[in-house]
Amino acid sequence: MASKVQIALVLPDLLGTYGDFGNAVVLEKRMTWRGIPAEIVPVRFGEPVPDSCDIYVVGGGEDTAQTLAVRHLRDHPGMQRAASRGAVILGVCAGIQIFGEKFTRADDVTHPGLGLVDSSSHAGGSRAIGEVVAEPVDGLFEGLLTGFENHQGRTVIGPSARPLARVKVGTGNDGSVEGLVQGRILCTYLHGPVLPRNPQIADLLIEWATGTKPQPLDLEAVTRLRQERAKAAGV
Amino acid sequence: MSSKLSQKMGLGAGGMIGGRIALKLDPQALAHLTSGRRVALVTGTNGKTTSTMMLSRAVSALGEVATNHGGANMPDGHVTALSKQQEAPYAVLEVDEGYFPEVVRASNPSVAVLLNLSRDQLDRVGEVRTIERNLREALNTVTGVVVASCDDIMVTSAARDCARVIWVSTGTGWHNDAASCPRCGDPIRWQGEHWHCTNCDLARPKPDWVTGDGFLITPRGERVELSLRLPGKFNMANAVMAAAAAAEMGVAVPDAVQRLRTVSNVAGRYRTIQRSGRRARLLLSKNPAGWSETLTVVRESAHPAVLAINAHEADGRDLSWLWDVPFEQLQGRRVIASGERATDLAVRLTYAEVEHTIIPDPLEAIDAMPVGDVEVIANYTAFRDLNARSADGE
Repeated sequence: MASKVQIALVLPDLLGTYGDFGNAVVLEKRMTWRGIPAEIVPVRFGEPVPDSCDIYVVGGGEDTAQTLAVRHLRDHPGMQRAASRGAVILGVCAGIQIFGEKFTRADDVTHPGLGLVDSSSHAGGSRAIGEVVAEPVDGLFEGLLTGFENHQGRTVIGPSARPLARVKVGTGNDGSVEGLVQGRILCTYLHGPVLPRNPQIADLLIEWATGTKPQPLDLEAVTRLRQERAKAAGV
Repeated sequence: MSSKLSQKMGLGAGGMIGGRIALKLDPQALAHLTSGRRVALVTGTNGKTTSTMMLSRAVSALGEVATNHGGANMPDGHVTALSKQQEAPYAVLEVDEGYFPEVVRASNPSVAVLLNLSRDQLDRVGEVRTIERNLREALNTVTGVVVASCDDIMVTSAARDCARVIWVSTGTGWHNDAASCPRCGDPIRWQGEHWHCTNCDLARPKPDWVTGDGFLITPRGERVELSLRLPGKFNMANAVMAAAAAAEMGVAVPDAVQRLRTVSNVAGRYRTIQRSGRRARLLLSKNPAGWSETLTVVRESAHPAVLAINAHEADGRDLSWLWDVPFEQLQGRRVIASGERATDLAVRLTYAEVEHTIIPDPLEAIDAMPVGDVEVIANYTAFRDLNARSADGE
């Protein structure tokens, strides 16, 4: 690891539709506040993707932006190289779709994905929009997963991956499970600021990246927000 | 009568209900009510209400103008406004971007003003590229003139193929939604103020009107001072768009500017209220582009700030956009997080390292500030409620 934990914010200009920058900020702050030096490395469209970062954060985008992003990541396979040596990757919304073997867009065109995880995605009949609450699978993290979804895609997970959580409210991948985990790659349909609302997942990613379980960090506003949103979703 | 009834029953301001009934009785009401008038439509993501008010003031140099100045910008609001001023030979209407195609079909506008396009209420309005395509189709049917910003890639794409376009360089830019070309999906490259697609022929058109710092330059090269009462660069952009549209309607530029200068209070926005020894300036911001612009206005003072966030249907239920607003700019200032979703905002402020407290009621938040000046920035329904509750406090 370099002297600072490097968080690659991947293609914020293409995959930044839903405040995805927030996830990188949360990782950076939660480390620096605990004395772990960390920095955000934005990788913009047209720039090569470094393979030396510790954490990669990939956000959501519209169809054309998503296709363009896949093309770019294929031409500059730094993130895939990093994945093969065990770098931590968070894929949000579009992330879950483009990381898989293939994804079919709303216009019925099928695109090859990056093949980082064992999944495939297709367009669902209806757009899933609204609050989501889901229960973690296999004690992967503590507390409920909570967030907001707005996507047309549906994702089927193959045997090499496992679901992140079971849906209590909302749609997630397919109405029953939400997100996926494969090695140190974690994907979710809960878009944008999923880490601000789910600090336990932020800390899990930090633990994977640094090899040490981080100190507890209680932020009053975050605790309050989690309670309020779970209550609003009727859980 | 129905709008009075609506007000009496406490259903709302009465800006829509009359129109809603009229449209039920006559689905062609909008076409009938616009027929025989010269119509200007104003749409875009930010600045619609202000630009519409500026343009209607400017066009009033020519005669009576029917306009929906209260911000009721869907067809029922248009019908209500037009019904109230049946004799007015001119109509200047603010149009919600989602309803723009329908209103264009019904009203055959002489001038269509397209201000800007950025992401706004993604769960309700949809994604910006879909809006761009719908606006492009609608604008292509406009037989009058389209006034459009050439500094906005989405707007340029939507307006470029129209029969007659007046391009305005507004000098404002939120480019975060347009890294890739809306036409072909390839990257956009910026060189100073110029931009072009690296693949297809979409590029910044040469502007006819140019916005400077406090002035505008007309297509004939005349420099006109703006001297607006409204703050911020974005209001200069609104003013130049309005002046260019007014010129197309037949108003002399000096007359137009003199009239739009008189705008100081747009549906309660920029109003200052006095409360318990505090002077609070009310600013409305609805989406990341709007908040970014408003924060630059607020940054000119060191006053404490109350920020109020709701997430009703009209605001958009999804608050992910809070992470796209550079709240870090408020570091070191006294801030209160307010509104029904004050806690979402508080989390954002926590990570922006802006010290703050939470007081959900915006009026109580104002009262909790030190005596003196306070900046209040609120999103749509938070602003509307605050404005209604402080109506007599002016």
